[in-house]
Amino acid sequence: MSAEIVIALLAATVQSGTPILFATLGEILSEKSGVLNLGVEGVMILGALVGFVVARHSGNPLLGFVAAGLVGSAATAVHGAVCLWFQGNQVVSGLALTIFGVGLANYLGTAYIGTPAPGFSPVPLPGLSELPVIGTIFFNHDPLVYVSYLVPPLLWLFLHATRYGLGLRAAGEYPGAAVAAGLDVVAYRWLGVVGGGFFMGLGGAYLSLAYTHLWTSNLTAGRGWIAVALVIFAFWRPGRAVFGAYLFGGIMALQLRLQASGAQVPSSILLMLPYALTVFVLVLSSWRKGSSDEPAALGVNVAPVD
Amino acid sequence: MSLLRIAKRQEPLGVGGSCCVLAAALALSLTLAGVFLALGGTSPLSALSVLLHGAFGSRHALEDCVLKAIPIYLCALGVAVAFRLKIWNIGAEGQFALGAIGATWAALTFPELPKIALLPLMAAMAMAAGGLWGLVPAILRQRLRTNEIIVTLMMNYIAVLLLDYLVYGAWKDPTSFGFPMTPLFSDSAIIGRIGGTTINWGLAHCLVLGLLVWAFFRFTRTGFAVLAGGDNVRAARYAGLPYDRLVFLVMAVSGALAGWAGFVEASATVNRLQPSIMVGYGYTAIVVAWLARLHPLAIGVAALLLAGLRVGVENLQLDLQVPAAFGGIIEGAILLTVLAGGFFTTYRFTRRRRP
Repeated sequence: MSAEIVIALLAATVQSGTPILFATLGEILSEKSGVLNLGVEGVMILGALVGFVVARHSGNPLLGFVAAGLVGSAATAVHGAVCLWFQGNQVVSGLALTIFGVGLANYLGTAYIGTPAPGFSPVPLPGLSELPVIGTIFFNHDPLVYVSYLVPPLLWLFLHATRYGLGLRAAGEYPGAAVAAGLDVVAYRWLGVVGGGFFMGLGGAYLSLAYTHLWTSNLTAGRGWIAVALVIFAFWRPGRAVFGAYLFGGIMALQLRLQASGAQVPSSILLMLPYALTVFVLVLSSWRKGSSDEPAALGVNVAPVD
Repeated sequence: MSLLRIAKRQEPLGVGGSCCVLAAALALSLTLAGVFLALGGTSPLSALSVLLHGAFGSRHALEDCVLKAIPIYLCALGVAVAFRLKIWNIGAEGQFALGAIGATWAALTFPELPKIALLPLMAAMAMAAGGLWGLVPAILRQRLRTNEIIVTLMMNYIAVLLLDYLVYGAWKDPTSFGFPMTPLFSDSAIIGRIGGTTINWGLAHCLVLGLLVWAFFRFTRTGFAVLAGGDNVRAARYAGLPYDRLVFLVMAVSGALAGWAGFVEASATVNRLQPSIMVGYGYTAIVVAWLARLHPLAIGVAALLLAGLRVGVENLQLDLQVPAAFGGIIEGAILLTVLAGGFFTTYRFTRRRRP
């Protein structure tokens, strides 16, 4: 393989890792507040559809991107209502949200299959894109990729350097103590759920607006579930999430290249790669589980008090 | 200050109250589905009539319901066994696929065997394949503490692709004009129909297996241990229950039951292996198991209901061109509203006294 091909592959890695990165960061925010959200797949696909539809009708892809984030928040608010108000089981509620979201997006999206919409195209960053190797890999993308570079450090800062972040982590770590300290645990959990949903929606919109540039049924193809797995792999840390998301981006980019090059491997075996890698990555991360930042009260509901 | 306050019920809500909550949840999700229909430009009332008539309005429709309820029931029964121990087996879909693959392997390898030998062999292979597919996440969970939700789900994707790989490759019927399917099974590999109906003997399998699962939890020591372990893992370990082995057992049984569903579907419904058997029964099974609160008899009722929904949605698709994904909206909405409704069985609202 020549250097040029490797660099092109790494650039494609960043692009196909970006939607997973957004979704993983969203799930980290939600889980840090103590709410497990297995609805990522459904929320992402709704974001993908809404982003596409809004961009198509308004002619403005940025508007579509933001709308997808808002719809992501609205969709996860359903999960929030079931778990935070009605004390529903978080695992089952998340699953239900995925079934609902995938159904709704495929249902409403039927009319948009094969239609065009304005999307994002690469904008080389002046200066940085001139850098050898690095420039092509990281700074020759659409603007949304640059946005995705900013989110992990900002999320880390929010969680670790602001009092709201501290309160949110307390709600996920030890809600009883947080209540005793006078914090509104349910409000912080709402913040985690709805804020997380915003990023999941953005991840979905990235797929339809910058990656495929079109809408098809089941567009997300399990990326939401990969994001849920990556949160574990990332030990609930935004920085490690970047690494994990690009690992999967790399595998997906490689799989596309191999398929296009007419390799002698059947396509169904190639398509298995990301899913098999997810299992493998989970096994790997279970070895060093001691060093993870898993919230202690993850998945545990807070009972209502008078 | 809100005028209502939330209080825990002294006693859990009775059967009547629970049914009211369930009915309200179903009504709410149907209303919601109606709103989305209207958004899509279809009149909700005519759709409801098409849906109900298509699902329950004729003998043919009812038979179709039962036919679809059979695989859903078996998958949901398996899901419920795992959920009893609070092991989140989301992998019924993949275990179903593996069961179909196992049964097909037996059917294609020994087509000459008499029915009385071949069908049991197919069932055994289906249970083994599905059971092993369920056992893998259980072993990973207990030995390496990996999350079984994600592993079972990822294995669904892998199983479906494995099925594709086989029917596009090694097992492809050379006379199928390029369609991905195996050759038709021999007569002795096909589960027959009951009397003059279109319903197959898989229905009898459901009754027997459902009874066995019920008896397992009702009468056996191991069944009781599963219930106890699901209630409180730590207490179960203190009491000396072999928790790891219980997890392996429920996941193997869970996978075997879903695998049996795959066997029935391949053998009785399509008489061969083809990708079109993967229509999401394994996911519907989760909704069914939860709706039925994991009880084998209630699972039967819920399976018929959700099978009816699927048949009804197929009619909507034919008569009113409503996309098939509409069924997912209703299923998801039912599960969400029923979950939220569960709140009212443990809590109640009372009027806040003025201070």
